[in-house]
Amino acid sequence: MHSEKDWSKLYKISSEKKDSHLFVYLTGDFGLKNLNLFTNDIRKLIDKKKFQQISIDFSGISFLDSAAALALIQLKNYAGAKNTLWSFVNLTEEAKGIFSVIHEQALIKRPFKPKTASDNFLIQLGDAFLHLVRDFINVVEFVGDLLFAIFYTITHPQSLRMKDILFYMKRAGVDGLPIVGLISALIGLIIAFMSFLQLKQVGANIYVPSLVSFAMVKELGPIMTAILVAGRSGSAFAAEIGTMVVNEEVDALKTMGFDPVRFLAVPKVLASMMVVPILTIYADFFGVLGGMIVGVTGLDLTVNTYLTQSIKTITVFDIVTSLIKAAVFAALIAGIGCQRGFQVRSGAQDVGKYTTSAVVSAIFLIVVADSIFAVTLYYIR
Amino acid sequence: MPLPENKPIIVVENLSARFGSNIVFEGVSFQVNKGEILVVVGESGCGKSTLLKIMIGLQKPFSGKVLFRGTDIISAGEDEINNYRQNIGVLFQSSALFSSMRLSENIALPLQEYTDLDSAMINMIIKMKLGMVNLAGYENHYPAELSGGMKKRAGIARAMALDPTVLFFDELSAGLDPVTAVELDDLIIKTNEALGTTMVIVTHELESICKIAHRVVMLDKTAKGIIAEGDPQELKEKSTDPRVRSFFLRQLPDADYRDGAYGK
Ligand SMILES: Nc1ncnc2c1ncn2[C@@H]1O[C@H](COP(=O)(O)OP(=O)(O)OP(=O)(O)O)[C@@H](O)[C@H]1O
Ligand SMILES: [Mg+2]
Repeated sequence: MHSEKDWSKLYKISSEKKDSHLFVYLTGDFGLKNLNLFTNDIRKLIDKKKFQQISIDFSGISFLDSAAALALIQLKNYAGAKNTLWSFVNLTEEAKGIFSVIHEQALIKRPFKPKTASDNFLIQLGDAFLHLVRDFINVVEFVGDLLFAIFYTITHPQSLRMKDILFYMKRAGVDGLPIVGLISALIGLIIAFMSFLQLKQVGANIYVPSLVSFAMVKELGPIMTAILVAGRSGSAFAAEIGTMVVNEEVDALKTMGFDPVRFLAVPKVLASMMVVPILTIYADFFGVLGGMIVGVTGLDLTVNTYLTQSIKTITVFDIVTSLIKAAVFAALIAGIGCQRGFQVRSGAQDVGKYTTSAVVSAIFLIVVADSIFAVTLYYIR
Repeated sequence: MPLPENKPIIVVENLSARFGSNIVFEGVSFQVNKGEILVVVGESGCGKSTLLKIMIGLQKPFSGKVLFRGTDIISAGEDEINNYRQNIGVLFQSSALFSSMRLSENIALPLQEYTDLDSAMINMIIKMKLGMVNLAGYENHYPAELSGGMKKRAGIARAMALDPTVLFFDELSAGLDPVTAVELDDLIIKTNEALGTTMVIVTHELESICKIAHRVVMLDKTAKGIIAEGDPQELKEKSTDPRVRSFFLRQLPDADYRDGAYGK
């Protein structure tokens, strides 16, 4: 085995001039690792003077690889461009073998497909717009498929795979409990602390619990839970389905007569819609708990007053709408996650791209839906 | 096709492999000679892929040695393993081309990593390698745009990027149609003859073995080791071992049929 540095000492090039005929004798090992070195050496030799003919003698070569042979062919072309006759002499059997598999046609063959050059700004802009439109159409189509599949599932409940539903409920719900609880408690704590700093100036400490529970139940609980679920489960759904597409598992499903949307997306969507509202209530509870830490330690409120104040602010209407909101968010997250998964065409890179897209699109949709809720609820009340 | 010289380039000594308490094989010893095409055969599950993974340093054996030019690569340090890896090329069963890269980028990868060549030279080498495997002009294609046989050939081009001394193949022609398989066999033979590359092929398909193998090593699941070794034609005709006989008979029912069906 040769180590890196030896290679420069493994070859020797000597030359001999007869009139304007140059003989170059190659001895030793010629390969990838010393390709630059020996190419430069030979090039220097043949650049020195204008020769009519150059002969490269192979008899001393003990090792030659295809890259080195290619380099010699390139030198030949280089010399040819200067109208110098060039010949390889005393070829060894190995060298002949190597030259026999280097097809000069292949070396000059143009690639079948040009490497895509980047377009100008206007074309890119148009492309991006078309892409957006196509994406929108895809989503709408998928929503149609999904609604149809859900409808079918509701009318044929025995077609639902209960095991899948429970599995995804555990994945999206139970497994998320620790992080959702922690984040909600911290958010509750932050709101309580910030509002306390402001409200104590006007002596309105007693409103801190109301503010916390109001914010948690009406907005932050559903939103924070949804964002966490999007990050945890929306991405997982996209990656799972995407990988199945790449492995041709989705094609297999189709050929076996299954509707991939019904088989893969419906359980995920239904499971999420069932479990995310529960997760939201849990988040609300932990938010209030977090606020209570500040309330009890910093505001000198008793646990009892804090809780009564918190509950007084919230109406049943608030809780019900919050649950509906959570269910809608869940449908959006799981739906877009599955849809992005189905968009994967080939390769690991696609899976990554659409997994990212699943999370970003889910969060975007959550915010859009939430603003629609905010406006509608204002008018309903 | 006997080879005149038999200088060993890889020596496998007393190799044993286990998964937990499941003993895959034990006391496997054989050698790979310079410039030969060695085919490791055996029924499914006898440990061929395991043996290959150990030989290319992807998996540790339970015990034993794999000597490459006298250095044990099982106990070797990072540097030696790295050096060894530059001397071998591997074609995986699924071709394992990087799907996010064009063919040219797939082949350029090892060249950029291990050599100091400029991009013009690397481009020429890419063209040359693609030409060798009959894929001239495909450098801008992505793997997903190729057929299974083309992927295999592109995989060979990538495996040969650094002009390795030894090429390893897992299930060379599994999943390919007979015509493509024969083309691939011809490519292997041509490459072996032209470049003198040593080849180790692991397969359970006997169709091409007699044509391409200089030597065969036969593993057996129940014997948990090698049951036969030698020239494939001789084994097929002269072996008295019933296991060897049944292996050849089962998968090579009739030489005429093969010749008629697949040509040559
Ligand atoms: N990662 C693993 N964990 C546990 N056991 C394994 C693992 N990989 C392989 N085995 C076991 O080792 C044995 C040999 O497997 P191996 O894949 O080497 O067989 P093979 O000869 O290549 O078969 P085939 O021709 O089907 O590819 C089998 O019994 C298999 O169950
Ligand atoms: Mg195998």
